[in-house]
Amino acid sequence: MSVALPRPASAPEEPRDRDVARISLRELLAVAALGLRSRRLRASLSALGIAIGIGAMVAVVGISASSQADLLATIDRLGTNLLTVAPGQSFLGQSETLPSTAVPMIKHMGAVQKASAVYTVSGATVRRTAYVPAEQTGGIGVDAADTNLPTSLGGDMASGHFLSAATEDYPTVVLGAGAAQTLQIPAATGHIQVFLGGTWFTVVGILNPLILAPDLDHTAFIGLPVAERLFNTQNSPSTIFVRANVDQVQNVSSLLAPTADPQTPDGVQVSRPSDSLEARAAAKTQFTTLLLALGAVALLVGGIGIANIMVISVLERRGEIGLRRALGATRRHIRSQFLIESALLATLGGLAGLLFGVIATFIYSVAQNQPMVVPLYALIAAPAAGLAIGAVAGLYPAAKAARLSPTEALRAA
Amino acid sequence: MSSTRVADSDVALRLGDVVKEYAGGVFALRGVSIDIGRGEQVAVVGPSGSGKTTMLTILGTLERPTSGEVFVAGHDAVKATDRELAGVRAHEIGFVFQGFHLQEVMTALDNVATGMLYTGVSAHERREAAREALERVGLGHRLTHRPGELSGGERQRVAIARALIKRPSIVLADEPTGNLDSKSGAGVLELLHGLADEGATLGLITHDPGVAESFPRRIQMRDGEIVADERR
Repeated sequence: MSVALPRPASAPEEPRDRDVARISLRELLAVAALGLRSRRLRASLSALGIAIGIGAMVAVVGISASSQADLLATIDRLGTNLLTVAPGQSFLGQSETLPSTAVPMIKHMGAVQKASAVYTVSGATVRRTAYVPAEQTGGIGVDAADTNLPTSLGGDMASGHFLSAATEDYPTVVLGAGAAQTLQIPAATGHIQVFLGGTWFTVVGILNPLILAPDLDHTAFIGLPVAERLFNTQNSPSTIFVRANVDQVQNVSSLLAPTADPQTPDGVQVSRPSDSLEARAAAKTQFTTLLLALGAVALLVGGIGIANIMVISVLERRGEIGLRRALGATRRHIRSQFLIESALLATLGGLAGLLFGVIATFIYSVAQNQPMVVPLYALIAAPAAGLAIGAVAGLYPAAKAARLSPTEALRAA
Repeated sequence: MSSTRVADSDVALRLGDVVKEYAGGVFALRGVSIDIGRGEQVAVVGPSGSGKTTMLTILGTLERPTSGEVFVAGHDAVKATDRELAGVRAHEIGFVFQGFHLQEVMTALDNVATGMLYTGVSAHERREAAREALERVGLGHRLTHRPGELSGGERQRVAIARALIKRPSIVLADEPTGNLDSKSGAGVLELLHGLADEGATLGLITHDPGVAESFPRRIQMRDGEIVADERR
């Protein structure tokens, strides 16, 4: 610090800061902004690196948040109170069967709203005509189904209607979405017939995809009475779909096995399909982490690009640095100027990246017809990450600029 | 805390047996002593390599001597910290360079305003002062022109305006006419003398004896030593 020697008491004290080199932060910002403005192309190209990295990360976060929101909305819509009951395998590896009393027993449980079953129809295949060889089933299974199956599953019809008390006695069939596609039947007009286990069945309905029971999409459903009559199907459910009261799902779940098969409750498998959807949402999060790591690598490369550009800039601007030192800038002023310049550059890159990421998320959401979600933290994190990267990237170039001897700097230019 | 300010005197610049040795054993100055009084106008003349530029940078506190005493505007420039020296440059010294050192992206007005950038004066006040300074060097009609749109003589006038905007007590000029034709050069010299006549100390280095002619005091240098110190 410079301190004036004692003066005569009568002389007014000169303000101490008269001798100090000073510049306000605002002016330093303006100087840094000017430094960027005077090299627009280079500044934009080096900010682009950061923009791409941050844009990728925002897009990844935004798209995954959007699909997750969509998935959660789906789960919400379909309900998490669906439980499935199926025969498991016995101790010796043989398939167990559920007793025919299982469905009525389950329906009697207090907290159960609905229960409906499907029954495997063995020995029957579905073909478009009798001329299609019997082996070419197209992977379509045949099940007998209770008439209230869609209401339990939360499924709806793409066309026609489901089996009813009026049709389940007759050779009528309802196709799952995948089965209809395989058989190339676009709509249930009431005139289309399929060749099912040696008998012509009329297609009365086609289901939309069943999100909570996707394995039923490749199934043709016929009524249990007609199945018993034509194919000798046993009244032993292969799967029972149960809707429980939302607040008692856990209780119902633990009681389902002994209710369905009081003799061998261990041979009953109970599961909750919404669990697998939630697991899918969680799995997406892990994938997101991987993509985020890739974005971070892009960001690192962008940061190195900025450091590189700043080093070149310092070398090129030795004359300017020398002049500023001659005008009274301290080393610290020079260092701050370049540090701010670098941070400003990367922050602008971060903001541009945020914009890219939001646009990418928007386009994806519109294309997927799902809600658009960009997490709030991304709005703050994107420019903040740019700022941090720029500050770190600028450390070395700024220190280099501050270390330059002013005379050498002036001579070089 | 030791004081780096010496008692006010009539001496604006003082070198006491100053030696400057560069890496590799090259001596730019070999024991130079001079006193330059307040308001004095001094030309330092010598061939290139005589150490005159080094002397100017030491007088301008841009560089420190290897040994010897340096006092600038009452400050001990050897003992002072870098920050204090920056303060001295910001408030007391105006530099004029041969290469102008103007910033191409800025208007003449903004270039001149940077002359006070590190004094802590607000941007608005600096621009006001810059306008005045440009008018003073006869460029009141060129405020919004960029350096590229100005002639060499005009550019050096802008640089001079940048040096004088803060009303420095010392003006140091390094070959200010070196890049100019003789007519513009004469105009620039006249301007510098005019400023000094208002009270500033002027130190100018040149290799051109014709330029030195106009100065009341001429110091001649050769091989890092003062070989003549004439006053008219």
